[in-house]
Amino acid sequence: MDSKEFGKLIEEAQAGDHRAFEELVRDTYADTYTLAFRLVGDKEDARDVVQEAYLRAHKGIKKFRGDAQLTTWLYRITANCASTYLTRRNKHQHGDLDGLDPVDEDPDRDPTNRADVADLRSQLSDALMKLPPKLRSVVVLRDIYDLSHESIAEQLDITESAAKVRLHRARKRLREHLYPMGEEDQAHAV
Amino acid sequence: MLCSTISLELAEIADGSAELVDDSRVHVERCIRCQAELVQYKKILRGLTSLQGEFIVPDDGLLEEILATVQPPATVHKLHRLNHKHRKVAYISSIAAAGAAGAIVLAARLASREKVAS
Repeated sequence: MDSKEFGKLIEEAQAGDHRAFEELVRDTYADTYTLAFRLVGDKEDARDVVQEAYLRAHKGIKKFRGDAQLTTWLYRITANCASTYLTRRNKHQHGDLDGLDPVDEDPDRDPTNRADVADLRSQLSDALMKLPPKLRSVVVLRDIYDLSHESIAEQLDITESAAKVRLHRARKRLREHLYPMGEEDQAHAV
Repeated sequence: MLCSTISLELAEIADGSAELVDDSRVHVERCIRCQAELVQYKKILRGLTSLQGEFIVPDDGLLEEILATVQPPATVHKLHRLNHKHRKVAYISSIAAAGAAGAIVLAARLASREKVAS
């Protein structure tokens, strides 16, 4: 669907046309679900987050001003819903979102032998799922979905500097996971 | 300059939000390991960006679930009313059926008593 058609549907949905809103859902839900899954790391939880996100989008569609893309607006809503969901889940599980260091389930990792992009993507997806949710949320929103630090901070209810610190830690962990250091490198890092 | 100091900036340099200047530029130009780390961050960021075009396919039924969640209130009300109407019809029908069954049983008993009496 091109942006003109998209814009028309948004206008119709804002005017109360439920079918137009349904069409927007059909066109965006796979993308929104993918983001939700990357944020919460569980299929069932991602379904709940997506439903909540569209419910909020439905209630707030009239407030959408069109100064951002609809998808970016949906990303922000989804990020906010996922953050709320993770906080609630964490309360029930009494766990720490920052958690322990991710468990290394695959010690046989050597990216130099697997240089192709598809493989890197698959390794990255795995590495992302091993990050604690608080770090994962920030790196997913910034580096995959290109949300600004300001927007990320707002949706996750944290300060902008906290978002930047988390991003730095997340990227560092991803690098450590994908390119584990040898003894020589560890000495270099000191 | 220490590698560990530069290391804090390498990811930001890789995404273009910071630049290598003065001492740090000189250091990275000479340090093969910092160069390698910078390349690794660049690869990771490229890989992450490319993930945006990749969809995770949801299990069946998600679209229907979402559409049901965002049903306009009027439709939900209509559905409730419809359900209520159906329940009412079913209730009246069951009362009528029970009444008819009772009448048949009563008629059958009366008929058998009359037979016995005659």
